Amino acid sequence: MAARTAVIDCDVHATLPNMGTLMPYLPPYWRETFEFRGIDALDFSLTSDPRNTPLHVRPDWKAKGGGGASDVSALGRDLLDPFGIDIAILNCMHAGLVAFSEDMAAAMCTAANEWISQEWLDRDRRLRASIAVPLQSPDLAVAEIERRSGDARFVQVLIPVSHELPLGRRTYWPIYRAAAMRGLPVAVHAGSAMRHAPTSTGWPSYFLEDHVGEAQAFESALLSMVSEGVFEEFPDLIVVLAESGCAWLPSFIWRANKTWRGLRVEVPWAKRSPGEVIRKHIRLTTQPLDVPMDLACVEKFIAQLGSEDMLLLSTDYPHWNFDGQAALAPAFGSKLRRRIMHDNPLSTYPRLREQLQILGDVA
Amino acid sequence: MNSPFLAASDLLSGLVDCDIHPLPATPDDITQFLPRRWQEHAREYGSHLRSVYSNTITHPRMTPYTARLDAWSPRGGLPGSDLDFMREQLLDRFHFARGILQPLRPAASAQRNLDFGSALCGAINEWQTEVLIPQEPRLRGSIVVHPEDPEAAVAEIARCAAKGGFVQVSLPPRGLEPLGRKRYWPVLEAAAAHGLPIGLHVSGIGGHAATAGGWPSYYIEEHHSLVQMMQAVCTSLIVEGVFERLPSLKVVLIESGFAWVPALRSRLDRAYLRLHSEVPHLKRLPSEYLRDHLWFTTQPIDEPEHDDDLPDLCADVGWDRIMLSTDYPHWDFDDPSHLLRRGVTAEQRALVFRDNAHAFYGDLLA
Repeated sequence: MAARTAVIDCDVHATLPNMGTLMPYLPPYWRETFEFRGIDALDFSLTSDPRNTPLHVRPDWKAKGGGGASDVSALGRDLLDPFGIDIAILNCMHAGLVAFSEDMAAAMCTAANEWISQEWLDRDRRLRASIAVPLQSPDLAVAEIERRSGDARFVQVLIPVSHELPLGRRTYWPIYRAAAMRGLPVAVHAGSAMRHAPTSTGWPSYFLEDHVGEAQAFESALLSMVSEGVFEEFPDLIVVLAESGCAWLPSFIWRANKTWRGLRVEVPWAKRSPGEVIRKHIRLTTQPLDVPMDLACVEKFIAQLGSEDMLLLSTDYPHWNFDGQAALAPAFGSKLRRRIMHDNPLSTYPRLREQLQILGDVA
Repeated sequence: MNSPFLAASDLLSGLVDCDIHPLPATPDDITQFLPRRWQEHAREYGSHLRSVYSNTITHPRMTPYTARLDAWSPRGGLPGSDLDFMREQLLDRFHFARGILQPLRPAASAQRNLDFGSALCGAINEWQTEVLIPQEPRLRGSIVVHPEDPEAAVAEIARCAAKGGFVQVSLPPRGLEPLGRKRYWPVLEAAAAHGLPIGLHVSGIGGHAATAGGWPSYYIEEHHSLVQMMQAVCTSLIVEGVFERLPSLKVVLIESGFAWVPALRSRLDRAYLRLHSEVPHLKRLPSEYLRDHLWFTTQPIDEPEHDDDLPDLCADVGWDRIMLSTDYPHWDFDDPSHLLRRGVTAEQRALVFRDNAHAFYGDLLA
């Protein structure tokens, strides 16, 4: 019997129920600190990932009395089984990614990665995960990559799109070096450390505006990485933009190319046009996709994207982006569907490729 | 005039340039219109902004004064400071019947001292109507006001509207807060009450980082970040319900392109589908407010990688919503004789180059 084509979901969320969950995975100093200061009882859910809006959990996925995505068996029942997903990559956005104390942030990241390992990866063989690292401290972030990358179930490094500095800044290059040398893509996921206003015009009033504005945060972060020469320095680095909205990218490329033609002398290391760099190094997860879901619009978007290699299937579970079973709208043709659901994820993640080859799943 | 491919000498007559930057030849050109108290303040203290340098822009530009290298007047004047040279390089050369002024310097509407800022705004407005327009009657002014001083701004709008010569109220998109917030409604209401559109030209020093992830290193990033800024302003005006409150208000976004509009429109509508209960003051889809209330200028013209995509984009945004601008005398000036040449009909060019501006500004542009 011919091997089935594996379906790979590149952005699924595990939600840390509360800080107390991390207690068994913290070293003694931090366990005592969390208990004494009451940090284990604090609600560290992120402003940029608000748990209390209708976007956060799709109604039929809402776990009984919970916020969704905090239970591995619910994930299997609600998503993996009914959607026929063979492999899902977990991204857990939590306080460790954004906390002000570097050491506390690193302790949270280490503990949360261990929690993911024991409570999720050990319990469902279909799951893979990202290594959450503290951008606040590139040294400690590299240490976490070193600590975790021996476990092949961790397939990429995870950072939020908005932090203290634009993501291309050289301060962060040790993290990109550590990822690139291990063949780990870096997932830049929606989320903010809120060190700066969510827009250059200040703080908006509504959750709706925060959400809409995150696409612009991705534009700025990508521009920083391209302009600072990250991909000249790390020619093997792949960056996955997760939950970015995607539709902003073609017009972004046009403007970036135009500006580069006029101002490239300011960044002499940028020898290739931004469009060329982006198509080689950037991948995007498909939910949400801010393109009207009819055939003509999807075809135009793909043509303007100028590549069939860049899109990676995601359901963005448990967020409420779509209803029903069609994570990828019917407007995507069958050839493109296979690329998005299977070929592109395998090209992006060397670790998945190795594992599928071992399992003999690849047709 | 039936061919879509016009020779440079064959440009339409009566064009309107929606973005011209005049520069005072000397600081006195502006300060002569300040009350004595503020003249002394300008001399002793000068500009006080929320930015790293007291007298220059955060990210140095690629050319002095952000200008075309050939825009320095033969008589030695700063780019944009010599009306004779502006006529030669811009107004006469391209047969412009009207040109709309966007005075960006000094940065009056970003001053931390509100009284000084408002006084400077008044002086810039006087300079436009007392000096520039009398010497070049094809020009029209923009009423510069300080958004953080609503009382003074409302009074200045009334004063300038009564005086005439102005076609819009100019506000900096980058302020202390997103422009749709309630604190700015008195200013927006005053503009609507006087039948004046709002002109939002990329500018402003609100003290916030240029991106949600902090300050970029390079001008190549800062220049592009203005596009993200305009998406944020557009979002704020729509989501705060400004157009529900002020159904007659029209806004033109100047110098930020428009290729980003379709993606933002889809994203706004998708978010609204889930989160409409947070913003019950909205009665229609965000995309409908966008379509009815926002206009765009051409420069810097978006350059899709496939030629057909530009006319497609214009049709999507609306051929009736796009207005010609050159950004003279800045370095990224668009030459109208090279603009929108391929796949565009003569009628569409006439809309963008002339007729839309008349429809938008109406009698103010007469």
